[in-house]
Amino acid sequence: MPIHELTSAYRRGETTPTAATEAYLARIAKLDGELGAYLTVTREHALRAAADADARYRAGTPLGPLDGAPLAYKDVLCTRGVTTTCGSRMLERFVPPYDATVIARLAAAGAVMLGKGNMDEFAMGSSTEHSAFKPTRNPWDLARVPGGSSGGPAAAVAAGLAAGGLGTDTGGSIRQPAAFCGVVGLKPTYGRVSRYGLVAFGSSLDHIGPFARDVTDAALLLRAIAGADPRDSTCLPAPVPDYAAGLPQGLTGLRLGLPDEYFIDGMDPEIERAVRAAVDVVRGLGATVERVSLPATPHALATYYVIAPAEASSNLARYDGVKYGLRVPGARDLVEMSSRTRAAGFGAEVKRRIMLGTYVLSAGYHEAYYGRAQKVRTLVRRDFDAAFGRVDLIVAPMTPNVAFKHGEKEDPLAMYLNDVFAVPADMTGLPAISVPCGFSVQGLPIGLQFIGKALDEAGVLRAAYAYEQATPWHTRKPALP
Amino acid sequence: MSTMTKPSYEVVIGLEVHAQLLTRSKMFCGCAATFGAAPNSQTCPVCQGMPGVLPVVNRRAVEFGIKTALAFDCRVNPACRFARKHYYYPDMPKNYQISQYEEPLAEDGLLEIEVDGTSRTIGIQRLHLEEDVGKLLHEGTLETAQASLVDYNRSGVPLMETVSKPDLRSPGEAAAYLRAFRAVLVYLGVCDGNMEEGSLRCDANVSLRPRGAAELGTKVEIKNMNSFRNVQRALEFEVERQAKALGAGERIVQETRLWDAERGYTRSMRSKEFAHDYRYFPEPDLVPLEISRAWVDAIRAGLPELPRARRQRFVTQYGLPPYDAGVLTQARALAEYHEQATAALKRAAPSLTLSQAAKSTSNWIMSELLHVLPADDEAAIREAKITPSRLAGLLKLIENGTISGKIAKDVFQKMFASGEDAQAIVAREGLVQVADESALAAVIDQVIAENPKALEDYRKGKTAAKGAFVGQIMKATQGKANPAMVNRLLEEKLSKI
Ligand SMILES: [Zn+2]
Repeated sequence: MPIHELTSAYRRGETTPTAATEAYLARIAKLDGELGAYLTVTREHALRAAADADARYRAGTPLGPLDGAPLAYKDVLCTRGVTTTCGSRMLERFVPPYDATVIARLAAAGAVMLGKGNMDEFAMGSSTEHSAFKPTRNPWDLARVPGGSSGGPAAAVAAGLAAGGLGTDTGGSIRQPAAFCGVVGLKPTYGRVSRYGLVAFGSSLDHIGPFARDVTDAALLLRAIAGADPRDSTCLPAPVPDYAAGLPQGLTGLRLGLPDEYFIDGMDPEIERAVRAAVDVVRGLGATVERVSLPATPHALATYYVIAPAEASSNLARYDGVKYGLRVPGARDLVEMSSRTRAAGFGAEVKRRIMLGTYVLSAGYHEAYYGRAQKVRTLVRRDFDAAFGRVDLIVAPMTPNVAFKHGEKEDPLAMYLNDVFAVPADMTGLPAISVPCGFSVQGLPIGLQFIGKALDEAGVLRAAYAYEQATPWHTRKPALP
Repeated sequence: MSTMTKPSYEVVIGLEVHAQLLTRSKMFCGCAATFGAAPNSQTCPVCQGMPGVLPVVNRRAVEFGIKTALAFDCRVNPACRFARKHYYYPDMPKNYQISQYEEPLAEDGLLEIEVDGTSRTIGIQRLHLEEDVGKLLHEGTLETAQASLVDYNRSGVPLMETVSKPDLRSPGEAAAYLRAFRAVLVYLGVCDGNMEEGSLRCDANVSLRPRGAAELGTKVEIKNMNSFRNVQRALEFEVERQAKALGAGERIVQETRLWDAERGYTRSMRSKEFAHDYRYFPEPDLVPLEISRAWVDAIRAGLPELPRARRQRFVTQYGLPPYDAGVLTQARALAEYHEQATAALKRAAPSLTLSQAAKSTSNWIMSELLHVLPADDEAAIREAKITPSRLAGLLKLIENGTISGKIAKDVFQKMFASGEDAQAIVAREGLVQVADESALAAVIDQVIAENPKALEDYRKGKTAAKGAFVGQIMKATQGKANPAMVNRLLEEKLSKI
């Protein structure tokens, strides 16, 4: 049940936050052993928050449309007093003394934290196979990946182990798992949501955004977490609109652009068919759709794999065994302690990116790689600026293929290619959403992406909502007990 | 500098000065930045570099940077930006330091210095802001320590780095630059200038080149000089070392050397050939800093009077000799001390002209106060027990003839030690000048009677004998006799004899 229906039921007295929370906890206890969506289940925490919400509903003073909503948070978001592992051995026992701003804001809105969702280590990966603790399985087919790196909360929402959740998107990590799991995933404009308390991967690319059962919930969750934060100076001061109120405006008169470069060789024909059918639906709803060109797209992915590791190598330098998290004992000196700790604490994918990042920033290569990547980033941005001179929104496929099998993409480069349609929105910081737009013959979800102008979350939500209301895809549920 | 090096080599020195800014909080978080607190008592997740936290720029630190830049006539850039400087060290919580690199706060300024009466203008290349790192404490020595502890109190403390152009030509000039630089910072109130506590730290780049050559020689960086004297000594040693090496046909290795003040030499710390690759890149957690003209103008309008202007004013307003003005304005607290004492004296002794009052306090500050307190010890001068008004009180007693200048020197010492009022000391110890003519006449008669030999000499025309009488009279009155009166009365007596 979506959050907005659940909280309506609370208001009508049909159920209570505690009853709902207990039902979710019971379902987690029953299914998560197999699914692996959670790294930590915060049972007591959840029941306490739910009891508080009960009292507010009884008194007729709920805090708003999210009061009592049971949520799953990606374990990259710091939670005071609750282990925040980032899916890494390095932070296995790290308990932050502070809440991420988004966590604090949702708590203030009455949300109930069910637990911390599984993820690829330090958010590096597209399959949630790179968690140091366990893989997450796709609720639609347990042999397949849920996508990544926010695979845990995406799978939890899809499988009914949470009413909604938060993920982070650096190179598609909200929208790609949303597409693979058949839920809604929204990546807001860079700076729309405070990053304070988000364990950094690529600081200039990291975004926090919601997972939801439907677009209405995504709008409610975004409203609660967005807005300026004195602790994050990159956070924008723009006012936060009532996104949910703007949803039913329809698509009449909206101009949508369909980028040529988002239909590449090797993409799954089922996806192309589903997306083209979705475009017809959108047209039928009164939007005009025209072809646009984003010529720098083919370079965006390569550029991303320079910038993201560069920033990651810097952000991950602090994990040296000195201050918190893992320390491998028995070293004779500082250098040995640090290098042994890092060797033991980081997984292969993280090490690969640290080395790549260190290399592209090093003297002699800095200009050739990092400097040029920044220039390409500007070109990607210019492409979108030009397109948005003609259209209001971009509509595009979310992924080139449906969820793949565990262990299927051993080659890191093949894995990286999965993010080809997701990365440009991260590189430019533009808001983008993935909504379910069909299923493959094997019954695997397919995602449709809308990308908007900076700060036009309202636009992407409105288009996604119109499409959602016209199609049945979001009502389908995976066949789980 | 040895005479051997002088004819063949020219010394080229550039200074990098790190100044800790006197902000209440740290560069990127709200923690206090005070010195000497219990280890790790002034830390938070941000300055400990914990996962997920973000820096937020301290506006006051930027303002202090702009203030300083304006004082040195630097160009304040309309936009500047922070960068990450990467290297691994356990006292650095993020293993990168947030600093400024390609886009500093300000560039291209100058500082006028004076050495041996000659004035020189030294270029300032750039001024930028950064955060300090923490401090490692070893149990025992670094080599044998069983454990090392980290104190992050200092981590994130705002620093301002100012890099001079390689315009300094001798260790003496370098020391003069540092003194003048420090004076400006203290005048501005942006730094307390305390080198022992590390509020002001200095690294030097030193090279030698054949006289007349345009190209710079291989430079050596010297660190760890924590006093003006050490800067000069370290540079003198290094110049000598390089001159000897070059004289012997050796090549200078580009390296960093540490000054060992105890042993009086520099030793190699690390070779630049294995230098760190800092892998700078723009700090993505901070947006570029835009500095509006209006902000700069407002800061400019609020700039205090700086040492050079104050020196000039001391000459014109108080009629002080330029030398006095220079000594008195070298440190802010000292200049303020002088102005307050002069004003107090003028009030207490209205018959004095402003210029007389100023010169009188100047003399006492230069000869007595600076004898017991270093001019640049702002705190000591500000907290001196002999306050400006007390000094004025003492000078007034000289002025109205209550005590002699000689007695006043003793009273000064007592006031300096106890903080007592001059009047109280003089009264208690009975130091009031004997200015009673009849009492003095009696003493003079007695002294003449007791020294027939001297009287004989005097009669024979030995004028020196008169001095002997004066000495005896002063001795008999324990120095309290009014010297002018003694002279007059003695003259009268002797002429009658
Ligand atoms: Zn702090």
